[in-house]
Amino acid sequence: MRKFALTAIAAAFALSAFAGTSAKAAGNAPVPEAQEWSWQGLFGTYDRAQLQRGFQVYKGICAGCHSLRFIAFRNLEGIGFNEDQIKAIAAEYDIEDGPNDDGDMFTRPGIASDYFPSPFPNDKAAAASNGGAIPPDLSLMAKARLHGPDYVFALLTGYEEEAPEGFDLAEGKYYNHYFPGHQISMAPPLYDEAVEYTDGTPMTMEQHAHDVVAFLNWTAQPELEARKSMGMKVLLFLIVLTAMLYAVKRKIWRDIEH
Amino acid sequence: MSAPVWNNKVVKWVDDRLPVFSMLHHSAYEYPTPKNLSYMWNFGSLAGFVLVTMILSGIFLVMNYTPHADMAFWSVERIMRDVNYGWLIRYIHMNGASMFFICVYIHIFRGLYYGSYKAPREMLWWIGILILLAMMATAFMGYVLPWGQMSFWGATVITNLFSAFPIIGDPLVTWLWGGFSVDNPTLNRFFSLHYLMPFVILGLVVLHVWALHTVRSNNPTGVEIKTPQDAIAFHPYYTIKDLFGMGVFLIFFLFFVFFAPDFFGEPDNYIPANPLVTPPHIVPEWYFLPFYAILRSIDFTVFGIPAKLLGVLAMFASIIVLFVIPWLDTSKVRSSKFRPVYKWFFLILFIDCFILGYCGKKAPDDYFMGIEGLKVITVGQLATLYYFAHFLLVMPIVGKLERPKPLPASISESVLKGGANA
Amino acid sequence: MSQTVQSSGDHTPDENRRDFLTLATTAVGVVGTGMALWPFVDSMNPSKDVLALASVEVNLSNIPVGQAVKVMWRGKPVFIRHRTEREINEAEEVSLNELVDPQSDEARVQKKEWLIVVGVCTHLGCIPMGTATGETRGDYDGWYCPCHGSHYDTSGRIRKGPAPLNLVVPTYTFLTDTSVQIG
Repeated sequence: MRKFALTAIAAAFALSAFAGTSAKAAGNAPVPEAQEWSWQGLFGTYDRAQLQRGFQVYKGICAGCHSLRFIAFRNLEGIGFNEDQIKAIAAEYDIEDGPNDDGDMFTRPGIASDYFPSPFPNDKAAAASNGGAIPPDLSLMAKARLHGPDYVFALLTGYEEEAPEGFDLAEGKYYNHYFPGHQISMAPPLYDEAVEYTDGTPMTMEQHAHDVVAFLNWTAQPELEARKSMGMKVLLFLIVLTAMLYAVKRKIWRDIEH
Repeated sequence: MSAPVWNNKVVKWVDDRLPVFSMLHHSAYEYPTPKNLSYMWNFGSLAGFVLVTMILSGIFLVMNYTPHADMAFWSVERIMRDVNYGWLIRYIHMNGASMFFICVYIHIFRGLYYGSYKAPREMLWWIGILILLAMMATAFMGYVLPWGQMSFWGATVITNLFSAFPIIGDPLVTWLWGGFSVDNPTLNRFFSLHYLMPFVILGLVVLHVWALHTVRSNNPTGVEIKTPQDAIAFHPYYTIKDLFGMGVFLIFFLFFVFFAPDFFGEPDNYIPANPLVTPPHIVPEWYFLPFYAILRSIDFTVFGIPAKLLGVLAMFASIIVLFVIPWLDTSKVRSSKFRPVYKWFFLILFIDCFILGYCGKKAPDDYFMGIEGLKVITVGQLATLYYFAHFLLVMPIVGKLERPKPLPASISESVLKGGANA
Repeated sequence: MSQTVQSSGDHTPDENRRDFLTLATTAVGVVGTGMALWPFVDSMNPSKDVLALASVEVNLSNIPVGQAVKVMWRGKPVFIRHRTEREINEAEEVSLNELVDPQSDEARVQKKEWLIVVGVCTHLGCIPMGTATGETRGDYDGWYCPCHGSHYDTSGRIRKGPAPLNLVVPTYTFLTDTSVQIG
């Protein structure tokens, strides 16, 4: 019986494991290399300094084309800014508000409860300015692609100067090793010293990419740290309770032949 | 089964007028249960526990969810980011759906192995299948609600199944959609039904338990309770065993909720629905994969019936066939423990379902497990063939030809022999 | 089906002997269930975006003396009344003994000519009348709640009727002489 059950379970697991790992049908893009991230593992947390550098990269480079519409300035508390810093950051942005008493829309400096404004008024405008491609919103990017942060990192650093011989690269497209189909509309966004770090972190393209991906992982999963720390407590509690329930079960069943 | 005597006056007063306490006493306290149930018998109560968890978390999600095509995705993100513990409640609900199917599938395979569908438990089995069908409808409609890419395209593909029916197909699909594509009216009606269905399931569960308590639990030997020594009271023996099982299960469940909340999900559903772009590879949730494989494995025409319609019929038939197995199984004994031949066919069926699941996940033209020349669609077709052959051929034929091992005279005897249910 | 089963019906003495282990397990289980319910309860409290709701800025230069406006703040109306000399005097002259909820006018305004109160009756939450020109202002020239007949004076204090408390003064700051930020 035991052998029987084990055979069944082993076969099931083998199939499930295979089903999980093979490449997707589309695009024949390579599997991105796994990176080391500070938030991995049961106890991993975000590195606030890295998130702030990543925010700097987003603001300086990505924000020109990519919106971050699920994030409000007040959320920046989560990457270690205090209230005054958040007010100052928000005030750098022009927010459309209204209508005012005359019935007109107007712009005013942002406040903490405002959301990051989109660089384009609508999708059509975004497509028109970007050769027909709409730059996707980045709030959830780290969760919205297979391999998540590893993929985003690979994409940001996966450009080739020249398409391989015989590859027919369309006008206005760039060759990216990791993008499905390899033809991407986004020009290589990062380069060495793309933004100026003040904390002495090396300003290499790779470092910029790591930092901005960390930031985007935070925008996608701001609850991560609360989730894991609560999870630890809950699981410890449950292990104790379950052990106690097992002891009670043993005791109650002591006299029963079964 | 003597009526209990109530010492508490209030309890007695209520019970004389509406015997809720007597009912609880009979069904959750003194209910005579075979003493030899294994841990495989924990999954019914676990499924019930998940159902309650789903209803509870669902009710609180609805308080913050907006069923409108323009706002659904946003409202879900608001739950994840701004609502107090919203992320926890949503992740419980999301992973709870998978947990529900895990429990129910184990529960079904347990029933199949130990012959729990055989007389006099046909009605119990049928209600169980109805619960499965209701769960599938509920899970499908719930998956549409976040209005991500997978929501939208899953809804499109599944509703289009109905277009396979001749003549009524197209009007039926338009009626389901409330328009000419999956859109806001579709989202609204799915939301309404997604809220309704769990209570239908709850009603079916009550019937399921009622039927169970009428015919009594099956057990690993498949021999009915014959003497008082065969049974023990449900409480405290099985209440504590169920509670212990619940603890173990909760550790498993909540590990996913807290440490791998998107394990069962698809990344594409974090992209808002876009009617102009289909994701390159759409797959249903894992619990639908075997059925999806059956649907896709029919790529041929039979007697002029188009492949599309045949596929849909095959998919529905894969569940409908379960209704008939009490009569397809011709064996004299219930439990596969005493069926030396059938037991191996059961193992094949079990693995077959995983093969179907694997095939449902892959593109039809991929190679099966990377084996050059062996296409997923071919394996899927063979697996589909076995699935139906198992019920329609193996069950009746093996039941007739096989010589079962001798059954124990009673549950007590099998217990005393020791190790029989190890 | 007339089997008797082991330990059914009445409690055997053995079963009644609640040992420490069972008690402790029950206690831990009950505490755990209680804690598990808290996230659900708390999810009904105001969410972060609601708490972060913007404050409103109001331009006062358009409100002539003797008139009042309603503005929305946190989903509720706020009354801003440009009080006349007479109304200010009325509000200041009342002796505190006469009041249901004694509070001096001084404690309720930052600038005498501007009275700013949350326009929700402290009885059961209706919006009192008296802001728009021509509406009844009740017996004390302030506001009158039509639902259950509460009368408020020119300082928004309850004078007559079932309401227990004065109209609430929100937090606000004058940004300039003619503009105020509520919240």
